[in-house]
Amino acid sequence: MRKKIIASATAAALALCGLLTLSSCHGSRGLEPFEMPGELDPERQYTITFWAKNDTNKAQTNIYAKAISDFETLYPNIKVEMRLYTDYSRIYNDVITNIATQTTPNVCITYPDHIATYLTGVNTVVPLDELMDDPRYGLGGSEVRFDSPTREEIIPKFLGECEFGGHYYALPYMRSTEACYVNKTYVEKLGYELPDELTWDFVWEVSEAATAKAADGTYKVNGQNVMIPFIYKSTDNMMIQMLAQKGAGYSDTDGEILIFNDTTRSLLTDIASHAKTGAFSTFKISSYPANFLNAGQCIFAIDSTAGATWMGSDAPLLDISADSIVRFETEVRMIPQFDPENPKMISQGPSVCVFNKKDSGEVLASWLFVQYLLTNDVQIAYAETEGYVPVTSKAQSADEYLDYLSRSGEDNSTHYEVKINASNLLLENVESTFTTPVFNGSASLRDAAGQMIENVTKSVRRSAVVDDEYIDKLYDDMNSLYRLDQKTSAAGKTELGPLPTEAKVLIIALCAVWVGIGAYFGVSEYKKFKKNLQKS
Amino acid sequence: MKRIIALVMAAAMIFAFAACGEKEEPDVKSEGVMTYAEYVAAALDSEVVIEAYVQGKQSWWDNKATIYTQDKEGAYFIYNAACSEEDYAKLTPGTKIKVTGYKSEWSGEIEITDATFVIEEGNYIAKALDVTSMLGTAELEKHQNEFVSFKGMTVEASKDADGNEAAFLYNWDGSGEKGNDLYFNVSLNGQTYTFTVESYLCGQDTDVYKAVEALKVGDKIDMEGFLYWYNGANPHITSVTAAK
Repeated sequence: MRKKIIASATAAALALCGLLTLSSCHGSRGLEPFEMPGELDPERQYTITFWAKNDTNKAQTNIYAKAISDFETLYPNIKVEMRLYTDYSRIYNDVITNIATQTTPNVCITYPDHIATYLTGVNTVVPLDELMDDPRYGLGGSEVRFDSPTREEIIPKFLGECEFGGHYYALPYMRSTEACYVNKTYVEKLGYELPDELTWDFVWEVSEAATAKAADGTYKVNGQNVMIPFIYKSTDNMMIQMLAQKGAGYSDTDGEILIFNDTTRSLLTDIASHAKTGAFSTFKISSYPANFLNAGQCIFAIDSTAGATWMGSDAPLLDISADSIVRFETEVRMIPQFDPENPKMISQGPSVCVFNKKDSGEVLASWLFVQYLLTNDVQIAYAETEGYVPVTSKAQSADEYLDYLSRSGEDNSTHYEVKINASNLLLENVESTFTTPVFNGSASLRDAAGQMIENVTKSVRRSAVVDDEYIDKLYDDMNSLYRLDQKTSAAGKTELGPLPTEAKVLIIALCAVWVGIGAYFGVSEYKKFKKNLQKS
Repeated sequence: MKRIIALVMAAAMIFAFAACGEKEEPDVKSEGVMTYAEYVAAALDSEVVIEAYVQGKQSWWDNKATIYTQDKEGAYFIYNAACSEEDYAKLTPGTKIKVTGYKSEWSGEIEITDATFVIEEGNYIAKALDVTSMLGTAELEKHQNEFVSFKGMTVEASKDADGNEAAFLYNWDGSGEKGNDLYFNVSLNGQTYTFTVESYLCGQDTDVYKAVEALKVGDKIDMEGFLYWYNGANPHITSVTAAK
């Protein structure tokens, strides 16, 4: 059973972040920048903390535990203490809370959006550039006691997602994207042929057709009382990807908020119209897409490829009773596109960052552990737990991993077909993936993107009218709730915009006063000098 | 004198028996407030206004509170109601509140969402309703979110994702650690059910959390808790004691 965790953490995080910023203004200087130590002292004992995220998946926690044990065998003087989370937003909030007291973990699974907020602290997160390139302890370094990947062996696109403000602040750990898990049996029952590439038009059309009811009030397509044809798990991703596919504004790298535009308005209006007929709903409003899909109560379930083990009649992980499961053919497709010739899909998945500490040796020990998470042993084992893909070419091309992919469908556990198809979807489309710009506030913008879809969906279900007036108010509410009108840069510093005229006048006046004082002093000195000259 | 004492005792017994047979009088609702029956009949996604008494507080986060409430006829689960931290502190068990929100359903759980509330005069704490005999029947769902009890159930082994057996698991598949939700299996008449200690409702320092951590397979126990629903009954247990 998975748990209902829908706590909106962003506002609290923003409040904490605000406190953090204020405290750094009032005397707290933070840490000194990290400096690379000469060597890892073999005589010293290091204890590092690792805040890890798993998908409520025992196999994943086992892999973390084994990785720690193997690493500690290689480095007997480094002990790794793990704390488990099942939710990124919880890690985010706990990190922000701990920045103020300088009690952050050493190593943390995270998203780049979150790191941008962490960077509001002084030297909080270690830039990894120097560590990565160090010939002894860097990637593939001579003193590293395991087969660490070289920088070139990290998939460039994934590594690039961890660079912002001119530095690398994380390494990718796993990558996933979103997939559309389709009940092909019902698509065909409704008289449609499932195309290789889904379009939004197709998904909406089939979803509307599936809302037809029989005389007894049950849905014609499944004969049940419940049918939500199209359910989206992460509505923030839904909005972000729709806008990217349309080439419409979301934000830029300077932190300029561009989302409140006419394309967004049009998309929201369209989504609302399908929510009104019951053709569309969301995880937050209805529940996990997988539960409805597996019960034959959903046709298009969009969720992460890292959720593939929950999808389909033979899914190895189930959240509903066995007698609720309906047999159907499951197909994995790319998310719907507006332009299938130029597909666009989100790149997501955990990255891992290193927090700065007073003791540079502790940071180096942390860095070595981060590198260890990118070894083939960890990468391949973890990728196989879900529809993830390894982040190194070294792991992706390893015989063990290729063998795993080739055995798709051999069983309904390790080689579950839906899961391996989901991984292949990303492996075959890496170049079509994208990420959104990272800046202090980008996590809030992401939340606002999803919240707008949640709001219009809820509103039409409650018989409210979603029109221009509604959307104008929605834009204002989102701006206010998520503080999106407070523009920030990628480096985390607030951009205050051009100086107001009063300030300019004041600065010019101050300059004039100083020039006047200088001139007076100069003239006085010159007179003294002249007088002395005359005396002599 | 003996006669007088005997008469008084007899009268006391008569009154006591009468009280046992007495059903609680339903609350008189304020104007514009639904009765429990009207709430049950209300359509999903419609606006509802109810009055109820706080029975348990699950969490407060980001100025939102999740609360178990009940009146004398039934229960209402209030999910993420707008609530300041100051007001949350006032929501002690028994506190009467008037709630305005929308009737919603999430994985079978009927709840009131996007709600606001005001505190009113009045106090009531519900006694746990023994629903042991309703386990596995359709009758149980009618008591969704009520404070209930289960008597004389036997702890059964739970299996984690690796197939290891234990009396309880941290998270549903054993993937968690101390502080996460606890899941444990209990049986009655050959049927096994999974119950939960919800860590937001009863954290690792509570008696019930510690009691479940101390369970052994085969223990006979009585339990109380709130009848939460997640694709079926998923009671959130608040107390565990040895069966009487």
